[in-house]
Amino acid sequence: MPGHFEPLPGGGAAVALDAVEISIIRSLTVQLLELIGPGPAEDASADPLAELFAEGPSRPPADPALHRLFPDAYRDPEQPPADPRQEAEQRALSAEFRRYTENDLRAGKRDNALAVIRSLDALAAADDDGGVLELSPRESRQWLGALNDLRLTIGSRLEITDEDDTDLLYRLPDDDPRKPLVMAYLWLGGLQETLVHTLMP
Amino acid sequence: MTSAAPIEIERTESAEQSAAVPEPDVPWVTIVHNDPVNLMSYVTYVFQTYFGYSKDKATKLMLDVHRKGRAVVSSGTREEMERDVQAMHGYGLWATLQQDRK
Repeated sequence: MPGHFEPLPGGGAAVALDAVEISIIRSLTVQLLELIGPGPAEDASADPLAELFAEGPSRPPADPALHRLFPDAYRDPEQPPADPRQEAEQRALSAEFRRYTENDLRAGKRDNALAVIRSLDALAAADDDGGVLELSPRESRQWLGALNDLRLTIGSRLEITDEDDTDLLYRLPDDDPRKPLVMAYLWLGGLQETLVHTLMP
Repeated sequence: MTSAAPIEIERTESAEQSAAVPEPDVPWVTIVHNDPVNLMSYVTYVFQTYFGYSKDKATKLMLDVHRKGRAVVSSGTREEMERDVQAMHGYGLWATLQQDRK
């Protein structure tokens, strides 16, 4: 079962991963964690309550991949604001939403990414050559979220903005510098597709 | 000693215009937008898992997002829709909320 998840009897999912595949997923996930950044409590302050009361950012992230992970809640991408007043209103409402939600959203995505790294490290520690990774139902859901975030950030880096772009990526010449990232993107898509089918209600 | 000056109430035109407060009885909606990265199976899974929709309803909404570029996936109070939009962002779906002006 290389490259795809299969359901486990009694819940959960399993996939065979070799050492190279483990290191690719791990390295991409570490990059995702660096992109998402640490939580407010990790910023020097030792006060455990600080994170509970910390307000999130009010400005959208400058990085396009992060902006895709945390979009503006009050700005319809297909219906631009009718006038400057409506634009200012949408910006203010999106900023307020961001202040109260973005820290929690970042924490959830960090938890998912950390769960992926933990399970990969456990697998690599058991056998240098890799092996069969078995996930509990909870770990499967965390992997599903992390695989989606990985694909969204890689998709943003590859500037995939419509469905035709994906078709073009399939036909890249081998010497294109984007080729390795495209291969990873398509492979992660296969992993996510098979994992979601093990979880379908 | 001084006395309070009589207050002059001046109603300007702009003050009346900016009083365009949204009607409270108009429901809010959560809209999910199409993107080329999210898998169709994953979007269906999210609609079934988070909203508890049947496979048929979740699939229909996913196809609306895919073909029309957008679908209204829930409606209710503004607070409820902010909760839904936050959940959709947690799943990585591109969602926004707005008042359902027909």
